[in-house]
Amino acid sequence: MTAPATNRPGIVEDLPVLTRKDFVSDQEVRWCPGCGDYSILAQMQKMLPALRIPRENIVFISGIGCSSRFPYYVETFGFHSIHGRALTLATGLKTARPELTVFVVTGDGDGLSIGGNHLLHAMRRNVDLNVILFNNRIYGLTKGQFSPTSEFGKVTKSSPYGTTETPLNPLRIALAAGATFAARTIDRDTKHLEDTLYQATQHKGTSFVEVYQNCNIFNDGAFSAFTDKEVRQERMVYLEDGAPLRFGNDREHGIRLNGFTPEVVQNASDDDGLFVHDAGVANPMLANILVGMDYPAYPVPVGIFRKVQAPSFDELVAHQVDDAMAKGKGDLGELLRSGETWEVS
Amino acid sequence: MTTESPARTERAVESLERVTIRFAGDSGDGMQLTGTQFTKTSAVFGNDLATFPDIPAEIRAPTGSLPGVSGFQLSFASTDIRTPGDSPDVLVAMNPAALKVNIGDLRPGGLLIVDEDEFNPTNLKKAAYAVNPLEDGSLAGFQVVRINITRQNELALEGSPLNAKDKFRSRNFYALGLILWLYGRSMDTTVKWANEQFRRRPDVLEANLNALRAGYNFGETTELFHHRYEVAPATVAPGLYRHVSGNEATAMGFVAASVLSGLPLFYGSYPITPASDILHELSKMKNFGIKTFQAEDEIAAIGSAIGAAYGGHLGLTGTSGPGLALKSEALNLAVMTELPLVVVDVQRAGPSTGMPTKTEQSDLLQAMYGRNGDSSVCIIAPATPADCFFMAIEAFRIALKYMVPVIFLSDGYIGNGSEPWRIPDVDDLPRIEHSYAAKQEGEFNPYKRDPMTLARPWAVPGQAGFEHRIGGIEKSGQSGDISYDPQNHHTMTLARAERVARIVQDIPPLEVLGPKSGDLLVLGWGGTHGALTSAAENARKQGKSVASAHLRYLNPFPANLGEVLSNYKKVLIPELNTGQLSMLIRAKFLVDAAGFNKIAGQPFKITEVEGKIDEMLGLTGPYNLKFGPASVLGGG
Ligand code: SF4
Repeated sequence: MTAPATNRPGIVEDLPVLTRKDFVSDQEVRWCPGCGDYSILAQMQKMLPALRIPRENIVFISGIGCSSRFPYYVETFGFHSIHGRALTLATGLKTARPELTVFVVTGDGDGLSIGGNHLLHAMRRNVDLNVILFNNRIYGLTKGQFSPTSEFGKVTKSSPYGTTETPLNPLRIALAAGATFAARTIDRDTKHLEDTLYQATQHKGTSFVEVYQNCNIFNDGAFSAFTDKEVRQERMVYLEDGAPLRFGNDREHGIRLNGFTPEVVQNASDDDGLFVHDAGVANPMLANILVGMDYPAYPVPVGIFRKVQAPSFDELVAHQVDDAMAKGKGDLGELLRSGETWEVS
Repeated sequence: MTTESPARTERAVESLERVTIRFAGDSGDGMQLTGTQFTKTSAVFGNDLATFPDIPAEIRAPTGSLPGVSGFQLSFASTDIRTPGDSPDVLVAMNPAALKVNIGDLRPGGLLIVDEDEFNPTNLKKAAYAVNPLEDGSLAGFQVVRINITRQNELALEGSPLNAKDKFRSRNFYALGLILWLYGRSMDTTVKWANEQFRRRPDVLEANLNALRAGYNFGETTELFHHRYEVAPATVAPGLYRHVSGNEATAMGFVAASVLSGLPLFYGSYPITPASDILHELSKMKNFGIKTFQAEDEIAAIGSAIGAAYGGHLGLTGTSGPGLALKSEALNLAVMTELPLVVVDVQRAGPSTGMPTKTEQSDLLQAMYGRNGDSSVCIIAPATPADCFFMAIEAFRIALKYMVPVIFLSDGYIGNGSEPWRIPDVDDLPRIEHSYAAKQEGEFNPYKRDPMTLARPWAVPGQAGFEHRIGGIEKSGQSGDISYDPQNHHTMTLARAERVARIVQDIPPLEVLGPKSGDLLVLGWGGTHGALTSAAENARKQGKSVASAHLRYLNPFPANLGEVLSNYKKVLIPELNTGQLSMLIRAKFLVDAAGFNKIAGQPFKITEVEGKIDEMLGLTGPYNLKFGPASVLGGG
């Protein structure tokens, strides 16, 4: 991947060329063999050199869960915090130090259950963070209880009779909270994964990326019905900005809208009437329709659902401070003497 | 009663050493403003003083109701004073509810000024008075002055374009004018303030000033008062003074910490009574480079402050008791990652929601022990409103030097209470030393400790070559890598505790007022300083062998505490809780300290502590608080 010229903070033009290896820490990776997390780590480490940001200006912050071990394995600054709270640390760090590039690594339990509140608020504030949510639809670290994204009726250790709760759709939450960048990718499509991670870093504001990640120990094959190589083209639709929604081995099928309802058009000969994707529309309505598409009724959309420009929280806070300082730097003596004073001689 | 008479009656002027006034009325009556204005006037006049606002819990309780009563007490004196006074000498009651709520505190024979107009059947009913207390003889023990404040105020505002409701709202200025007259004070400070405050509302300004003058003139012309009173200025150290509440001083102290350390301050907080004022104050001070963050909850507030501390800034969060409970897990993360974090707890009456607007000192053990695992943090507590300024600076001095979380235990009483403060010279304030991680030989080890302080290096993002990973999992002593090694966990737990214990080398010894040894030591901490010190001082004036000492450092304790305790036959520890410091002292020093515990949401009165002192000295029988001991089955 070639890095385009950009004026994002922290970029160093004459940085010695870094490679994937420079982002590999000396820690032994402790995920179960075959876990989808390995792929996400590998694509991240491959992608990071393209940012042309020195390692010391990159920070990975995580909560608790299998995914949250991620920071240990990346040779940057890293903070493995407590359950659900990674976003709170990240918000404080990024607000204090806007020049840093901050990643938040979380999971469906960490980010949507115990930390759900913080996710909403980070996205509505549009803090300039890259939030990567590993969705494996299960609690892995605690050995196999259902999660807020587990499908209705799922039988797990803590739901031997099947769950009695409806799952959350992470992207729907993101759109509802006003996320300015919302994307989905899968652990098994390494190229799409790497590219989506890169796109997330190029967006200013909260970039929310849901990664469908296979937990081969406690929820093996949760996504394989549509992510398996043989069926992927038929059962997933890759979103491309400005292009009609097409899928199938020869991109022969399409999606069109009937009112607010998407419809599959089998063997759509031409693009007329097909749903043309535009991630940049201000109104999140269309993105919401896409987010509602799920297998088997539809092919599962992956890619960037929404990407709109808006000032980021950290930038707005910094501006307020800069403006106030420009009008006159605070003087401690003056502050202490403010208000009503009187002299005693 | 009439205001027509131009005759000015000369009154006898009685000199007093100290006067305590409580203004009480409906929350809409502007009693806080009246109290504040009288306070400012007395401060400018040169009295020593102390104040205590008593604000109702309900934001908008029904007008005239008992829960809607708001009060403001101030004590001013020609001598050095430390508390807003035990029992008011003067009570101004703007309606029946205010009378009912406050009359029990007025000292026998005290002056009671009431707005007679408000004692109508509707208001009497709202205050649950079956008969008018002004008529039934129940107030015979007081000097009652009945004034038609509402009507007089209306007359004074004749011709004002304001509507009846707005005119009614000027009554507090009328009352203020009257009290200013009664104590021979000028209206200048208030006039100056009003001109500034209402400059965009000339109609309101004029009405308020007319009401103020009418109240003042009424005092001058009426025959109702036989005396005027005079409280001479106190002899205080020369210098420039201002008024400061504990929460203001806390905010300014943290600004000072930022200036003195050269590090930007980040304040993450979630609104909570009585700590919100610190957020309000700091959010104004962007010109000091301060960033404030109103978080979505208490946990996000502390999390963000930890993030800022990790980033090399001054990470600060503030809350009150229930919020501290929510923060405890994240606070432990700061304990484990050894980051310089400061947590302010402006304590209030608990448990649970408790009584948010009422004071208490019941979070000491939560601060000490309210976390999972063996988790030691530094705890400090300001003793007075102005002391909050210095202790806020202390909080960061310690946090940065020892790379340790510090809990700053203020309380509602000193947070909202205020006192005159001799403004310090910025050049006299100590610089705060700090440094980021320096190159080590070989690999960078984020948990390599300073041999003196046991602090680990503060390596912050942006420092090339210092990339490292930390977290809440136990880590290996030097490298900070995850470790489940038994010996390592044992050592690290001891090291974390020892690092806090070593702060003792950096804090002043406990000061003792009074005899260096003797019959009784009164030991306190935090916001009870005024009452305890005054009670012990009064005892000494009566020739009793009583010393007092006040702890501002609670973990670790000052080095000489054990020795101080051993110098007295008895130790008394008065606290606004069920005996939390007592427990720590008894456990650590095996001293048979006696507790004196009040859990009423109210500060100690000096007389209460005096009563307990006499009991301890064997001069009287058992001393009981006025309301206790009550049956735990209720009532009381
Ligand atoms: S439990 Fe599942 S998610 Fe966790 S490391 Fe193992 S495979 Fe991966």
